[in-house]
Amino acid sequence: MAVLLLAEVTDGALALDATAKAVTAAAALGDVTALCVGSSAAEAGAEAAKIDGVARVLVAEDASLGHRLAEPTAALIVSLAGDYSHIVAPATTDAKNIMPRVAALLDVMVLSDVSGVVDGDTFERPVYAGNAIQTVKSKDAQKVITFRTSTFDAAGTGGSAAVETLSVGASEGLSEWVEDKVAASDRPELTSAKIVVSGGRGVGSEDDFKIIEALADKLGAAVGASRAAVDSGFAPNDWQVGQTGKVVAPDLYIAVGISGAIQHLAGMKDSKVIVAINKDEEAPIFQVADFGLVADLFQAVPELTGKL
Amino acid sequence: MKVLVPVKRVIDYNVKVRVKADGSGVDLANVKMSMNPFDEIAVEEAIRLKEAGKAEEVIVVSIGVKQAQETLRTALAMGADRAILVVAADDVHQDIEPLAVAKILKGVIDAEAPGLVIAGKQAIDNDMNATGQMLSALMGWSQATFASELDIDGDAAVVTREVDGGLQTIKVKLPAIVTADLRLNEPRYASLPNIMKAKKKPLEEKAAADYGVDVSPRLEIVKTTEPAARQAGEMVGSVDDLVAKLKEKGLV
Ligand SMILES: Cc1cc2nc3c(=O)[nH]c(=O)nc-3n(C[C@H](O)[C@H](O)[C@H](O)COP(=O)(O)OP(=O)(O)OC[C@H]3O[C@@H](n4cnc5c(N)ncnc54)[C@H](O)[C@@H]3O)c2cc1C
Ligand SMILES: Nc1ncnc2c1ncn2[C@@H]1O[C@H](COP(=O)(O)O)[C@@H](O)[C@H]1O
Repeated sequence: MAVLLLAEVTDGALALDATAKAVTAAAALGDVTALCVGSSAAEAGAEAAKIDGVARVLVAEDASLGHRLAEPTAALIVSLAGDYSHIVAPATTDAKNIMPRVAALLDVMVLSDVSGVVDGDTFERPVYAGNAIQTVKSKDAQKVITFRTSTFDAAGTGGSAAVETLSVGASEGLSEWVEDKVAASDRPELTSAKIVVSGGRGVGSEDDFKIIEALADKLGAAVGASRAAVDSGFAPNDWQVGQTGKVVAPDLYIAVGISGAIQHLAGMKDSKVIVAINKDEEAPIFQVADFGLVADLFQAVPELTGKL
Repeated sequence: MKVLVPVKRVIDYNVKVRVKADGSGVDLANVKMSMNPFDEIAVEEAIRLKEAGKAEEVIVVSIGVKQAQETLRTALAMGADRAILVVAADDVHQDIEPLAVAKILKGVIDAEAPGLVIAGKQAIDNDMNATGQMLSALMGWSQATFASELDIDGDAAVVTREVDGGLQTIKVKLPAIVTADLRLNEPRYASLPNIMKAKKKPLEEKAAADYGVDVSPRLEIVKTTEPAARQAGEMVGSVDDLVAKLKEKGLV
């Protein structure tokens, strides 16, 4: 069986962690061809060629592919699909935008957010905000899959796959990129960080979120947030952890001023060690925490930052 | 312009889901069902477009069991103009897959010719996040998923999308499919008078066969299990204790 894997490429750079985790999942299914797409993607292709388990790399460069717009990217993937039994990607927002479109064009169902591979037809995926795990067997001739990266370890990088460049046809121009608002950060990426410190509504304001960030910086951690914190404008949308935000499974997750709604737990309950700091001893977050501290966060968090 | 909003009847987001002991699925008998939260946001957005004079009519569609008419009535009470119920299942445990839903919605679009479809980003039961994208593919239309802002600008829509790195703004040609994310708006509650009025709004009933769509699943559910349970750990008495525990574990 042959697998086409859409590598995660952002502005010409390979997102190595997400891609290498998807490679681990994909390698169980067959020989992996990694596809790197963008207005520039050659550099990403060279990086992807080093991932262990990647047998071949395809690079497709065209201005129309520049911002991973779903329509031209899906059309490109479908034009290559004939050679593959499985078409897969890490479950990033880009891939979740593109892969269902690919599936529909191939008249197959998509398997979203797959967390386990049983065999070439059978997969596990969380449903109901992770409160149930479904094992599903696909009857489709081709499988289109996004892999939940938090459950797979990243493949190593010692390989040297062959890289081929594709020529790309004209795009229909259905959509047009206007702008990106992306905040640059020196912090580790949320989904690959070893430690995540998240703040919730209890933090109270955007200004007070600095105490969460200070703790994160002391620990070299990424910063996360609950939906309530994002909705209230304390934190940007890309920090949201949960059922409909990012799914993380770091070695250490510190939840501060977060009550522990199921939609939040869905994004972090596979973390190895969970610490909860909350002033309400009844908060449901304590039911999943390895270490719980009932305290006022405005006192406890600065103290913790100081003592580490 | 007509705006079409597909709304799904799902288990209420506050209900604690119970997996059946025999692994055959989750228990939906006698649990509270509601409109998928993302679809409430989609309905709200469509109504606001109408209130702003940018849309003439808001049509809501639901595909599934007969009881989904309650969900449609809720959407009508919020302010949608009329509803279409496509009965495609007779048991609440039979979930119609996004591919089949998209095919039925394509049939509805072919009949109604809306200029815009606003779906939810994700159904909170199957967590599939697929229907809007699939429908867009079947129509050959443009798509703007995970929208947190939507503006109609002549024959295009300008949409800000929530993506992993932050926000992305794109301009899509109409007709298009937009999927609503959490921060697109805050949906209104239906007032009692509007709930009464909604009872008189038109609700047309159809069957999947009317659109020639085979709804048999492509994904056979082999079993449904509980996720690995997490045990509550220990409470620590002070920040010093916490630091000591984390050091003991080699985490800091
Ligand atoms: C469709 C849908 C999708 C959703 N997706 C997500 C998602 O992806 N991620 C997500 O997080 N949520 C999601 N939610 C929202 C979720 O249901 C909760 O509303 C949200 O997680 C609550 O955030 P919170 O814990 O920060 O706020 P709250 O529930 O308000 O909790 C605040 C906590 O802070 C504590 N606190 C207050 N002050 C202090 C203090 N001084 N010191 C210490 N503790 C203090 C309180 O005791 C309380 O426990 C979703 C909801 C829906 C309907
Ligand atoms: N059975 C259905 N009836 C009506 N709309 C649906 C149905 N299933 C999915 N949708 C729409 O598609 C969106 C995404 O659902 P899903 O792809 O299942 O996660 C939902 O938010 C609805 O807007």
